[in-house]
Amino acid sequence: MLILADIDVGKLLGDATRTAVGVPAATFALAAVGLNLHYGFTGLLNFGVVAFMAAGAYGTAIVFTQGWLGGSVLMGMAAGFTFAIAIALMIGLPSLRLRADYLAITTIAIAEVLRISFRSQRLLDVTGGPFGLPSIEDRNAGISFKDVITIDWNPLPDGSHGFWRLEFDEQTLWVMILGWGAVVVASMLLWGLMRSPWGRVIKAIREDEDAARALGKNVFAYKLQSLVIGGLIMALAGMLDAFDTGFVETQQFRPQTTFFIWTVLILGGAASMWGPLVGAVTFWFVIIFVEELLRQMVNSGWVPDWLLQSSDVASVRLIMMGIMLGVLMIWRPQGLVGKKEEAQIDVR
Amino acid sequence: MSAEPVGTVTDPREAMRGVEAQPGSRKPDPILVIDDLVRRFGGLRAVGVDHLEVQRGIITAFIGPNGAGKTTLFNLITGFDTPQQGQWRFDGKPLAGWSPHTIAQAGMVRTFQLTKSLAKMTVIDNMLLGAAHQRGESLLQALLPARWRDQEVAITERAEELLTRFNLIHMRDEYAATMSGGQRKLLEMARALMAEPTLILLDEPMAGVNPALVQSLLQHVEALRDEGVSVLFIEHDMDVIMGISDWIVVLAEGEVIAEGTPDEVSQNVAVIDAYLGTTLGGPSPYEDGQSDA
Repeated sequence: MLILADIDVGKLLGDATRTAVGVPAATFALAAVGLNLHYGFTGLLNFGVVAFMAAGAYGTAIVFTQGWLGGSVLMGMAAGFTFAIAIALMIGLPSLRLRADYLAITTIAIAEVLRISFRSQRLLDVTGGPFGLPSIEDRNAGISFKDVITIDWNPLPDGSHGFWRLEFDEQTLWVMILGWGAVVVASMLLWGLMRSPWGRVIKAIREDEDAARALGKNVFAYKLQSLVIGGLIMALAGMLDAFDTGFVETQQFRPQTTFFIWTVLILGGAASMWGPLVGAVTFWFVIIFVEELLRQMVNSGWVPDWLLQSSDVASVRLIMMGIMLGVLMIWRPQGLVGKKEEAQIDVR
Repeated sequence: MSAEPVGTVTDPREAMRGVEAQPGSRKPDPILVIDDLVRRFGGLRAVGVDHLEVQRGIITAFIGPNGAGKTTLFNLITGFDTPQQGQWRFDGKPLAGWSPHTIAQAGMVRTFQLTKSLAKMTVIDNMLLGAAHQRGESLLQALLPARWRDQEVAITERAEELLTRFNLIHMRDEYAATMSGGQRKLLEMARALMAEPTLILLDEPMAGVNPALVQSLLQHVEALRDEGVSVLFIEHDMDVIMGISDWIVVLAEGEVIAEGTPDEVSQNVAVIDAYLGTTLGGPSPYEDGQSDA
């Protein structure tokens, strides 16, 4: 095969795997765990995942950079979680009594309002506006909450760790450990909750709210609890993203991130414990694999210039992801590791 | 529990002997009292009940043609729908304005005409959901299995007993989606019983159930009454109603038009009119009656 001679398989698999185990994958997995509680188990259509992530990230960043509450990272995280709870109540109190679609509308609206407000000139002093936090001067001067996490709190020895193409410096590896650790802890929390009688009521609400009401369950209170807990997990995902990049800006909280996280959940399997994790790893592996493959094919001349140029590759990967999701919906609506009997999306 | 205390003065059915077969008649020991309850949908008055008492400890049936307001009345008294006016008391407690779950917690538990089996949950989980006062249903205690495990074991035992009684025990770990329509009716009734209601409201429990199963369902309903649970049910099948009810309330156009024992009701002229129309060829007021779903 001629084509194989031109393809660097090692780089292809290596880069894809590297991203699939990296912090962005952990961030998506964590947010998908929260969404799994909302949608997979409670049946809440939350299309504002980024609202909770932004609350977590901005809460942390604002408190840190403004020096409020002592300006520590931990106080920042506490503020981020509080912010996320406030968002959950703001969304939930008015809309959870209504039909499911109203929650979907409210969540996506709040997420956009939040993003555009953070970006606005009026809040420039607090949120950094379009430039984000910490300010560019601070970043240039090396002042960031990232350093607290990756240098001050880092127990790993300096240098490169790992093997093959999976070599990571001690800072990246530490955030990866924290990130995947958070995914495991959040998944276990969810597992513990869902096997309890509380989880039984939550699933019953997903199946039929009126049935739960007729048996004396306070559906509204349970939905609100679910919204808050899932929102806290999403807020943590937002913080993780901030700790990885070292700054927050509104770019990473556009609606498309919400839809990526939906993709991750559906890919892995809603209402399954391993779904978010498997989904996130698969999502990033496929994205990078396809991108790298196309790029190598374009560069080696296998794909003619008029059809695809190297600069277009990044958008084609999304098309591929869309096709994959479509195929999955038809052949495996329960996702990669979901149970068929509990499949949330039944297209047939 | 199954021994029928027939002949004793305390038997609620015995106590019904002297009750007048009149709409709104007084009962010796009413568990549910409805006063001046009105529900309008636009210009249509779906329910307009002046006064109705439901006796404790017996089986009461609501009958009436389609659109008579039977299900709407169920929805109103269980809090699933809100009346424009009216008051009703359950066990002496005025319930107007209560939410459905607090009404259920008070001991009045209903089933639905269109079964609401929780399809993507197992049969046993459906049953366990029904149990009231579960410590593990509170978020703070959910993560501490030690706090609720003993209770879980106890209600699982009770659920299995009920499943055995309702011939569903072989489906214990199956998803409810795999059950037949009749089995779902049985499951919904068994699940409601897990809540240990004092008054159970069954909305067409026999509809769509295999005739072979109907007999056993009827026995369950009678057994319930003999255990002291008050039963209120909506049904269309006249054989079922006449066979099992201790008292029948006939509704037409949202109003109570007759009450009485099965014998009294089956000879009531107003009832025959409501079901068969008034005069031959004359306009029947019930033809455009909407479905009471």
